[in-house]
Parts: sequence; C-alpha cells; structure tokens
Amino acid sequence: MMGRQAARRALLAVLVIALALFPLVGAKFYLTYATKIMIMAIFAMSLDLLVGVTGLVSLGHALYFGAAGYALAMMDGPSLWWSLPASMALAALAALAIGALVLRASGIYFIMVTLAFAQMAYFFVRDSSYFGGSDGKYLNARPDASLFGWRALDLDSHLHRYYLALALALAVYVLLRRVLGSAFGRVLVGIRDNEARMRSLGFATFRYKLAAFVLAGALAGLAGYLTALQDGIMNPEQLGWNRSGEALVMVILGGMGTLAGPALGAGALMALELVFSTWTKHWQLLLGVFVIGVVLFMPRGLLARRKESGHG
Amino acid sequence: MDFATFLIQLLNGVQYGLLLFLIASGLTLIFGIMGVINLAHGSFYMIGAYLAFWLTGALGNFWLALLAGVALSVLLGVALEWLLVRHLYRRDHLYQVLLTYGLILVFEELRSILFGDDVHGVTVPSPFNFSLRLTDTLSYSVYRLAMSAICLALAAAMYWTIARTRLGMMIRAGSVNREMVQALGINVGLLYRLVFALGVALAAFAGMLAAPAASVFPGMGNQVLIVSFVVVVIGGLGSVRGALVAALLIGLADVFGQLAFPQLSGMTVYLVMAVVLLWRPRGLFGSA
Repeated sequence: MMGRQAARRALLAVLVIALALFPLVGAKFYLTYATKIMIMAIFAMSLDLLVGVTGLVSLGHALYFGAAGYALAMMDGPSLWWSLPASMALAALAALAIGALVLRASGIYFIMVTLAFAQMAYFFVRDSSYFGGSDGKYLNARPDASLFGWRALDLDSHLHRYYLALALALAVYVLLRRVLGSAFGRVLVGIRDNEARMRSLGFATFRYKLAAFVLAGALAGLAGYLTALQDGIMNPEQLGWNRSGEALVMVILGGMGTLAGPALGAGALMALELVFSTWTKHWQLLLGVFVIGVVLFMPRGLLARRKESGHG
Repeated sequence: MDFATFLIQLLNGVQYGLLLFLIASGLTLIFGIMGVINLAHGSFYMIGAYLAFWLTGALGNFWLALLAGVALSVLLGVALEWLLVRHLYRRDHLYQVLLTYGLILVFEELRSILFGDDVHGVTVPSPFNFSLRLTDTLSYSVYRLAMSAICLALAAAMYWTIARTRLGMMIRAGSVNREMVQALGINVGLLYRLVFALGVALAAFAGMLAAPAASVFPGMGNQVLIVSFVVVVIGGLGSVRGALVAALLIGLADVFGQLAFPQLSGMTVYLVMAVVLLWRPRGLFGSA
C-alpha cells in the first residue's frame, strides 16, 4: 500500500515538473491548449467527487461552471483576489440550493433532475439580453492580480495564466486527495457503496451528500472562472448539457473515483481531439472509435481503480 | 387568441407530442427491459431522417422509402446490439453512457462524410401534399394530420403487442425479472436483440416521418435526444403508457409555453420535468 502511494507521489512530481518546464519548449498555441486542458482537469476532478466517490451521477455540473464564469464576465475588471472567491461562492450557493432539492432523487432520476436545472439555467441565460444572449458576454478586462501594488501575476500574459492553471489544478488535486483520505471522504465512499447501511450506522447521509455537492459545485466554479479568464468570453454553451456530458465522459473514460483518472481523461480526450483534427476534418469519427474501444477493451477506464465496486 | 389559432397550436402540440412518443417509447423500452441508457437514440432519429432523404431520392417514392428505411434500421439495430451493446449488460450504466456517446460522435461524422453539412428537405408525399384552409389566412398541413394518425396507429399497435401477445408477455416479464424469464426457457439474448432493434426502428421511423414536415439537418438528433429523455423520465422509466402521457404533456407545454412566455420558452419543458420529479421522484407511471 505504501509502495503504491509513493509511486503515485513520484509520478505526480514528475508530471508537475514536466508541466512546469513545458513553457521552455512549448509554443504559445500549445501552452494555451495545455491551460485549457488543466482547467478541464479541474472540472473533471470536481465531478469525480460526485460521480466516482459519492456515486452521484450529475448531468448538470456545467451549471456551477457557468455560474462562476458568468459572475466574472458580469464584473468590470475586478481584482482576482476577491472576484475568484466570490464567483466560487456563488457557484457553491447555487449548488447548495439545487442540491437541497435534487438530492432526494437517486439513480437515473438524479441524472435527469440535475440535467433539468442546468438546462433551465442554460435557456434562462441564452434567452436573456442581460447576459448577452446566445452570443455570450465578453469580459471588459481581465481581473487585476496585483497585491498591495505589487504586480507579480499578470493575467493578460498567457504564460502567467498557464502557471496559474497549473498551480490551481495541483491544489485541487491535493485538496480532493485529502478529502478522500479524511473521515468525511470515507463516509462518501460508504454512501456510494451502500447508502442504507451508512444511514443505519447513524450517518445523516443527506448532509454528507449535500456537502459533497456544494464542494464539487465550488470547484466546478473555479474551473468556470478560469475558463472565462482564459477565453475572455462566456457563452451559454458553457452551461449546456454538452459541457456536462463532456465532463462525465472524461470522468468515466479516465476511471471513476481515482481523481487522477478523470484529469487524465480530460487530457486524453482533448489531446486526441487536437491530434486527430490535424489528421482529418472528420476527427470526431476517430475520437468516437477511440471512446468505444476504451469501453470494450479497457473495462474500467484508462486508470482503473483496483477494486471493482458496483454503483450506479 | 382566436379559435383557429388555438386549434392550430393544439394540433401542433399533439403532433409534436406523438412524434416524441415514438422516439421516447423506444428509449423507455430499451431502458426498461435491457437496462441500457442509450445516448445514441437521437442519432437513430437523425439516421431515419437522412434515410428518408436518401431513399426518397433513390427510390422516387416516399412510402417505398419508408418501408425500406424501416428494414434498414432494424438491421442496424440488430448489428449494433450484436457488435457492441450486448457486451455491456452486466456492467455499470455509465459505460453504456460512454459507449453510446462514442456512437453519437461516429454517427454524426459518418453523416457529415456521406451527406455533408447542408440542410436538406424531403417533399411532402402524395396524397397528403395539400393544406386545409381554416380561415382566410390560416391553413393546416394535411401531412401533419396524417403524421399524427400514423403515430396514433403505431401507439395502438404497440399497446396491443405489449398487452395481448406472447412477445408482449415476454417483454413485460423481462422488464420485471430477467433471470426468472431466462430460467423459464426464454432466449433473453434474442429478446434483447429484438427490443433493441425495435427501439432503433421506432426512433428512425419517427425521423423518417418528420423529414417532410421539417428539414433534415446536422444536429437534429441532439435536439430530440434530451427532450425524449425528459419524456421517458416524466412518464416513469420503462412505462410505455407513461411515455405517451408525458410526450403529450411535453408537446403541449412546449407549444403553449412558446405562446405564453416567448422569452422563456426553452425552459418550459425542463420546468415541467423538475416539478414532476420533485413531486413524484419516480415519474408519473414509474413503479416504486
């Protein structure tokens, strides 16, 4: 067991060092693309807390992603230091309100009711001129990251955004790894495996699920905020079911409940998209065949959890 | 709103609802009996519409194209079940989601390769290619009425098959307890293949019927996929009767929602689903 953990840490260190050195060789296009991958890795890891760890399959995770992204887009060149927590808090608040309603459903009904709320938000934003309608909302200016007049971080620089995304992706991974190892995380896994048993053991499972839902919502908000920051625009598609579905695919593809797997799934899916699209304009065909191949020949995703556990 | 406008909207709502029913009934059968969450169901609808476009051109007659299209879509269903879907029955639903997501990508791209990304149309077939005049300015397409009639006839046939025939008995039994059905000597593998092919054919048939009334365009599958899942869930998973009620409810909610709240029309359908699921977490006709 210790061996595995040590191996995991070593792999993580190698990956982080490689990513930290990548700007020495990578062109701007690849750095920007890698930034997007790391942001999606945050989004996928946040969804994994629900899908893989707690067994709550949400098809509406883009709502929290989009809420924080739009929160940034609606602000006029704010400071990073308060707009980021405020946007994440908004996403968490949305997750709290919606989670309190939807967590009464389970199984496929949970999938559908989370979808319902996200789609309502999608159409609300798309059809209202206040949020820029279907064209989306441009950021007036990127947030200001100066601290007491010291401008260490310049968010207009793609290089700085790259390192910000890398630092935050690492922080989210470490945070979620901690959560998984905590008593709280073990209760979540217990709920995934058998909620009735956890209830009869005296755990107020609803509160645990709600806490996980809110944490996942806040971290999805972080990814949405970074996306708005990166792209300079937020559009309704960022709230749509395609965004939620894509994240779900990254989680399942990478290996549910492993944290690193979903991050890897995000990387694999987006990197393959890039590679295939340089080969042919019909790259989706190759991507589809790849996804089907993974399901048939790698039954538990790219990074399999060692022990099979039935859920869903 | 005068009566003629109301009547037209009512007919539109019912017609949309019945079309949704055809798509959703296949989806709910595939889930209820086989336990498979099929994201590619919208693609089958799209495939149907493109089959209608292609075969009407090749055969010169829409009704012949409809027959040939049903045969081809049954074959497609059998082939997909045999090649891919049957490997997933014993696995987590989420792998079915992943596999059928892959299928969406494949079908969309094959559509792009074979037919391009342009919008196509299918001419309204005789003898229904005329309109009924309701007032001096308003008229209603007879083809749309015929669509509703065909959908209703199919719904009745489906009800009769499920309630009264030997196959229907196996389908009902299979949805309750598949091990028991197998133990009674029924070939469950064959039953599943049949149900999957039937579901594919229903969705494709809906696409073929819709082709002359609407246009045939990329992304049309995605558009109906989510709505038909909504119908299935509101009706209660696996309940064909529930799917019929829910499809009509959604069809009418969508049409009249656009009239009443044009600003928020997209939300109506999901609002209905959220309310129904919060009130009855297992849908209108779902079993506990």
